[in-house]
Amino acid sequence: MALIEHLTQEYLRTKKLPHIWCPGCGNGIVTAALIRAIERTGYDQRDVVIVSGIGCSSRAAGYLNFNTLHTTHGRALAFATGLKMARPELKLFVIMGDGDCSAIGGNHFIHAARRNIDLNAVIINNHIYGMTGGQHSPLTPTGMKATTAPRGTLERPFDLLVLARGAGATFAARGIAAQPRQLEQLIVRGATHKGFSVVEALSPCPIAYGRRNKLGGAVEMLRSMKDSSISVERAAETEDAELKDKTITGVIYSFDAPEYAEEYYRSISDNKG
Amino acid sequence: MPETKPVLMQGNEACALGAISAGVRFYAGYPITPSTEIAEHMAEKLPDLGGVFIQMEDEIASMAAIIGASIGGMRTLTATSGPGFSLKQENIGYAIMAEIPCVVVNVQRMGPSTGVPTAPAQGDVMQARWGTHGDHPIIVFSPASVYETYYLTIAAVNLSQKLRQPVIILLDEVIGHMREKVLIPEAGKLLVEKASDLVPSDWKPYDEKGLTPLVPFGFGHYYHVTGLFHDQYGFPTGDPPQVERALDRLHHKLEKNRDEIILTNYIGHKEPRVAIVTYGCTVRSARAVVTKAYWQNRLPVGLLSLQTIWPFPAREIEALAKQVDVIIVPEMNMGQIVGEVERYARGQAEVIPLNRYDGEMINPDQIYEQMGRWLS
Ligand code: SF4
Repeated sequence: MALIEHLTQEYLRTKKLPHIWCPGCGNGIVTAALIRAIERTGYDQRDVVIVSGIGCSSRAAGYLNFNTLHTTHGRALAFATGLKMARPELKLFVIMGDGDCSAIGGNHFIHAARRNIDLNAVIINNHIYGMTGGQHSPLTPTGMKATTAPRGTLERPFDLLVLARGAGATFAARGIAAQPRQLEQLIVRGATHKGFSVVEALSPCPIAYGRRNKLGGAVEMLRSMKDSSISVERAAETEDAELKDKTITGVIYSFDAPEYAEEYYRSISDNKG
Repeated sequence: MPETKPVLMQGNEACALGAISAGVRFYAGYPITPSTEIAEHMAEKLPDLGGVFIQMEDEIASMAAIIGASIGGMRTLTATSGPGFSLKQENIGYAIMAEIPCVVVNVQRMGPSTGVPTAPAQGDVMQARWGTHGDHPIIVFSPASVYETYYLTIAAVNLSQKLRQPVIILLDEVIGHMREKVLIPEAGKLLVEKASDLVPSDWKPYDEKGLTPLVPFGFGHYYHVTGLFHDQYGFPTGDPPQVERALDRLHHKLEKNRDEIILTNYIGHKEPRVAIVTYGCTVRSARAVVTKAYWQNRLPVGLLSLQTIWPFPAREIEALAKQVDVIIVPEMNMGQIVGEVERYARGQAEVIPLNRYDGEMINPDQIYEQMGRWLS
């Protein structure tokens, strides 16, 4: 209890509450996991910066008591890249939605991954554009309905973490809003990893996605999210056929590679000397 | 003791060096003709100064990155040309709204679209004014020489810092690529105005009382930066009176500092009958005309060159129109600034456009001929 009060006092802008999210929205769960994760890293509050794009999830920045930067749609990682290069000692968490990060911001995502710049991307994936009322995103599963795909989308979604790997990110993890403690741990691991880290957080949007696709309310959505997920450790012991419709959670991969900002500053001091 | 040393350099180089003299230590950009030399000079020089050069994945990201770096406390600049300038517009609007200082150089080329990448044109005057959406204020400089490019870049950096406002430099392709002498002050002679680091404990990022310096992220002032309309602490608001006040605030800070922002220069007869009003490289042709018509032939003519084109030098035009019968406005476009001149001449003088848009400079003879018609 004491911890919760402490976190609320220190890290939430309580005067800005209540938040704008709908009842049952998963954004609050993911934001809470992020706050706990930041606490667990032990970072100085002054060094932490929250950067976000545009969309329901990106509004989280306004509620968090740090230096917060709410940018333009899709561009959060590009703003963050500039800030990180200017001030490499800062710890940047970049909150994006699935449409924000993978559609309009796709180019910045692959290049932040390629540079392996030390930014911690937290992508809240609710499979839909929520703020504009439910249009399909590049992560909407084929066949699911959206206001712009009233008969179900024909497009194929991609796996953001496979994309991240191909582009060069050195850490990728997936968590679900139904398991907030695991999500918190994954964000901590992403934060302490040196290099570009991606944490995808699956999150229910009962209003703009669940309702249209008859997925039930928030409780049902969280339950089915849990039922269809399997940890990466268990998945390793499971037959491929059984994993077909499963969401694999946990640290999907992690390895070391030179981090861009550090390499840059090392290279310029070498030149000088 | 010599205070300055003359150096021969290209316009694009002068822009890069001016930026560095003014304390710019962060450059993000994307290659595009005819501005690439600015990026190349920055890539060469900034690392030795402990600064950052980064080539971003696109024009949009370059604009975003300089804003991010400015929030981190660095002085920043990016350069581009027409197509890239179009792409940067959304984030330019963001910087205006969030009051983040930065300098954007557009070395203009002929458009629309890919146009003629290597041909000069002054076609982005209105885009520089209105390229980003919404009712925003903007500052735009238009240098007429390599020398002016150097000094106006310094002025742009300082003004942008002081007003927490993006400043655009519209460079002409001919200036960007021309070599001329620039008098570079000795090290230490340049006055780089520094925003105060000392802020009161009740510092507010968007203080209703007026301008406050930007306190970079990472110093324990936990404020919010957004492109949404916001209150004095940076938090989003849709409350009509607050929205109106916030927009007024953006415009007032330019109006209050008008004299520092608006730079113009008049040469020629004390009581002219015909005046030329122009900007950028077209000033060079106009100067040749005035040299011949006034200095040699003592005709009652003059030239008002505009180093600042936005905010538009309305008062200067109003005053000029009262003196003269005719104002000729040569431009390398189909007529963009001429509309503003007409507006502020308020019918006191006849305003004559003179346009060229074939990718060539307006030559002095063209202006001379037009002028002759009004002097006979
Ligand atoms: S629309 Fe969906 S994502 Fe947006 S606040 Fe509502 S439930 Fe959450």
